[in-house]
Amino acid sequence: MKVIYTDSLVIGGGMAGLRVAIASMERGYDTIVLSLVPAKRSHSAAAQGGMQASLAASVKGEGDNEDVHFEDTVKGSDWGCDQQVARMFVNTSPKAIRQLATWGVPWSRVRKGDRQVVINNKRVTITEKNECHGLITARDFGGTKKWRTCYTSDGTGHTMLYAMGNRAVELGIQVHERKEAIALIHDDGVCHGAIVRDLITGELIAYVSKATTIATGGYGRIYSVSTNAVISEGIGTAIALETGIACLGNMEAVQFHPTAIVPVGILMTEGCRGDGGLLRDKDGHRFMPDYEPDKKELASRDVVSRRMTEHMRKGKGVHSRYGDHLWLDITMLGREHIEKNLREVREICEYFLGIDPVKDYMPVRPTQHYSMGGIRTKPTGESPTLKGLFSAGEAACWDMHGFNRLGGNSVAETTVAGMIVGEYVADYCGQNSPSISTKLVEKFLKREQKKISDLLERDTGENPYEIRNEMQKIMMDKVGIFRNGPDLEKAVEELKVLNQRAKNIVVRNKISSSNPELVDAIRVGKMIKLAQCVAYGAMLRTESRGAHSREDFPERNDKEWLKKTLTYWRSEDDDLPEVEYEPLDISKMEMPPGSRGYGVDNTIPNPETEKRMAEIEEIKKAHPDADRFEIQQLLNPIDLPEKFKGKNERIGRGFK
Amino acid sequence: MSDQEEKGRTLKISVLRFNPQVKGDMPRMQTYELTEAPGMTLFIALNDIRENIDPTLQFDFVCRAGICGSCAMVINGKPSLACRTLTSTFPDGEIKLLPLPGFELIGDLSINSGKFMQEMNERVESWIHDKNMNNVDLTRIEERMDPDVADEIYELERCVECGCCVAACGTKQMRPNFLGAVGLVRLARYALDPRDKRTDEEFYEIVGNDDGVFGCMTLLGCEDYCPKDLPLQTQIAYLRRKMAFVK
Ligand SMILES: Cc1cc2nc3c(=O)[nH]c(=O)nc-3n(C[C@H](O)[C@H](O)[C@H](O)COP(=O)(O)OP(=O)(O)OC[C@H]3O[C@@H](n4cnc5c(N)ncnc54)[C@H](O)[C@@H]3O)c2cc1C
Ligand code: SF4
Ligand code: SF4
Ligand code: FES
Repeated sequence: MKVIYTDSLVIGGGMAGLRVAIASMERGYDTIVLSLVPAKRSHSAAAQGGMQASLAASVKGEGDNEDVHFEDTVKGSDWGCDQQVARMFVNTSPKAIRQLATWGVPWSRVRKGDRQVVINNKRVTITEKNECHGLITARDFGGTKKWRTCYTSDGTGHTMLYAMGNRAVELGIQVHERKEAIALIHDDGVCHGAIVRDLITGELIAYVSKATTIATGGYGRIYSVSTNAVISEGIGTAIALETGIACLGNMEAVQFHPTAIVPVGILMTEGCRGDGGLLRDKDGHRFMPDYEPDKKELASRDVVSRRMTEHMRKGKGVHSRYGDHLWLDITMLGREHIEKNLREVREICEYFLGIDPVKDYMPVRPTQHYSMGGIRTKPTGESPTLKGLFSAGEAACWDMHGFNRLGGNSVAETTVAGMIVGEYVADYCGQNSPSISTKLVEKFLKREQKKISDLLERDTGENPYEIRNEMQKIMMDKVGIFRNGPDLEKAVEELKVLNQRAKNIVVRNKISSSNPELVDAIRVGKMIKLAQCVAYGAMLRTESRGAHSREDFPERNDKEWLKKTLTYWRSEDDDLPEVEYEPLDISKMEMPPGSRGYGVDNTIPNPETEKRMAEIEEIKKAHPDADRFEIQQLLNPIDLPEKFKGKNERIGRGFK
Repeated sequence: MSDQEEKGRTLKISVLRFNPQVKGDMPRMQTYELTEAPGMTLFIALNDIRENIDPTLQFDFVCRAGICGSCAMVINGKPSLACRTLTSTFPDGEIKLLPLPGFELIGDLSINSGKFMQEMNERVESWIHDKNMNNVDLTRIEERMDPDVADEIYELERCVECGCCVAACGTKQMRPNFLGAVGLVRLARYALDPRDKRTDEEFYEIVGNDDGVFGCMTLLGCEDYCPKDLPLQTQIAYLRRKMAFVK
């Protein structure tokens, strides 16, 4: 029995995982990171567009601050987010970006003087101020009032991930690569680490820790077409669910990005539209202003994706052998801009489509992109039900995105949550000593060992790839952008059957060491459980909120549905998750529910909303001299680790 | 699109098979035949083989979009990223795949380039060296940087640690400890960065030798195969001049 002991075990070497590991290491705790692949190859590397932080250095960001960022984030979430967490996030994001600057990220900088940009299909000259020259600049992104998305050309995620990876090397943090956590070790409501499979030798190893953090990214690959990396299969999320104690939040909240290329589903960054790109239909017509005259192409992602789908349903899509699509047109940006700021886009067009975006339109359609749901945590990042288990990044439902996340808010979340949760992880390491018997470790090791040997010994049964492909198709066809009762019911039933079939998987390749088929066979049952959480949660939620859009319940129903979905998988024998709801308390909201400002507002209001509005007015009246920080503390008091409490300075405004 | 492509021609993909984890296994070439689909990349083709013909075939893909550097292999003699290689670019439909040389083999086309890159990162100390870094007040406005300098650093930071340059390097074949273009360009990246306070002498300690910049014979293999088109030649030349002045 191989057992490795550490203080802080971090499962996942993407940005969220690395940042948590850095935090616990800096506080002096022994830290190990596990990753399926070398950390720098994690999916975080693929983020091209940028990171939101209200630095307000570019002239188009003037007037921006934490409050504006907060409003955008809450609106974007369709009031589904946790406002306390959203506050913690917006207040810390400027510090996160500035810290990354000291760690080496070559953020694109403000250049003083005139520059030409494309806004609403027109070339406009904007003038950057002399005093802002050399500060971190920002670009426009969907759903934001100000230009707030900081970037490094088109390689933001790559440069951020490399800076963190390098920092981890500097600190001597061990990253155990090609290792897969396949179960958590827990006892009596406390998590003690994980059972891990070495993907080269096949050996099972027990990692025993004080604190365990899951930062394994999203679960996009439960859908057949996704912008996510092929390793974004949600296994970390699934092993938390399989404890029967930890729960997942808002699994039905799945984001579709408007512009992935057809057919392969590779993302064309939102920067394309942020920088001025347009969407066109089969007649070359720019259709977004017809639907969203105000925000047009830069409406929130869920809105643009739905409008595109609506437009294609009207027969305006371009027909292709892979189904209908629309066009993304960035030709007006010109060669120089594309080759400098959107070079990755050009490369992808060249290699995967054989076209030149300087001259040609790109075939795009909405594609699965982001998992808002994940392991439910408290604001500290700890599971409310399983002690010692933490989660951060896309794997977590922390929850600042609610039912729709804004572009640029996710890489920002990985860093900010990594910083904040990392401090709480370190606190936990300091307060707890491991008290775990070898018997317990052995029990979990043997259980997992048996599952694998059963798999290898079975002679007849189901093909893991067929099962996976069926699951992905069900999710794509029946739990996609537009959802409805009958389809969701079918999906739930069909997934139940798949869940049973997955218990009888057989592999053709019988070796226990490095064996890709075995890896997939171990994963597929876990992925189906996640798919079931998504489909079942979607079926039960009879309203439309953010990315969850029900054709049979088009209105956002604040009266009955202002609550988070929590899913549990109590027993291995269950064939459906158990669902509970956690209310979102309006009486504590800094920003009570309102209209997002898209289309007609058909919200079913909650009577509490008006009460809270009046209360907020009262509080403001009672404190006529309070500044915006004091008001925020009165309306939405938050607790942050001491080192992140300070106010953020901005050029020309100081700390105001 | 020709009729031939409409129907889908037959591709012949030969792979060097070898699993060092299995006792007694010997390297051999194995050829798979499959029907080409429109827009098919090697990512799609290899997964097709694994799912439908041979589940034992090993290879690595992560982003499948040419971004993460996981899938470098030797494709018809050239080190390249498999995920962004369209099968249609091979007129006779015959494709020969070998694992990238110069790295520990995991099995078939899967190599442990992560381990090599980790060592490279440690060797060039691939991070900003600044004693004051930890004392920076994060609430204050960040230090300024010239926009052009930021862009130049980014140019060198686009490296995805894929290893193509290492596989293509004649010096590396002869000198196992040779740092390779990837390490040299990484060092150049930090030498360019005003935030890194290392002196030329300190950089010299790392690369001022025959396993470093003086070992490079400027045979250009690296730059020809770098999938991210990094200016490896200019950077190595620049580093060499800079280092030559130190001692
Ligand atoms: C194409 C694309 C572009 C994007 N662009 C942007 C953008 O411009 N701005 C933005 O804000 N967001 C963007 N996003 C979203 C953002 O990139 C991700 O949400 C974020 O990077 C996720 O980071 P993470 O650290 O949570 O997870 P990841 O980076 O996905 O890392 C997960 C880690 O977990 C490891 N792992 C997984 N399972 C296991 C297991 N069982 N055992 C051990 N290790 C495991 C993996 O090896 C990996 O190291 C984009 C996403 C995509 C798909
Ligand atoms: S130029 Fe130098 S680093 Fe590049 S391939 Fe030749 S010897 Fe190797
Ligand atoms: S320099 Fe180019 S070829 Fe070498 S590892 Fe980096 S990206 Fe790959
Ligand atoms: S899989 Fe990422 S570069 Fe090929």
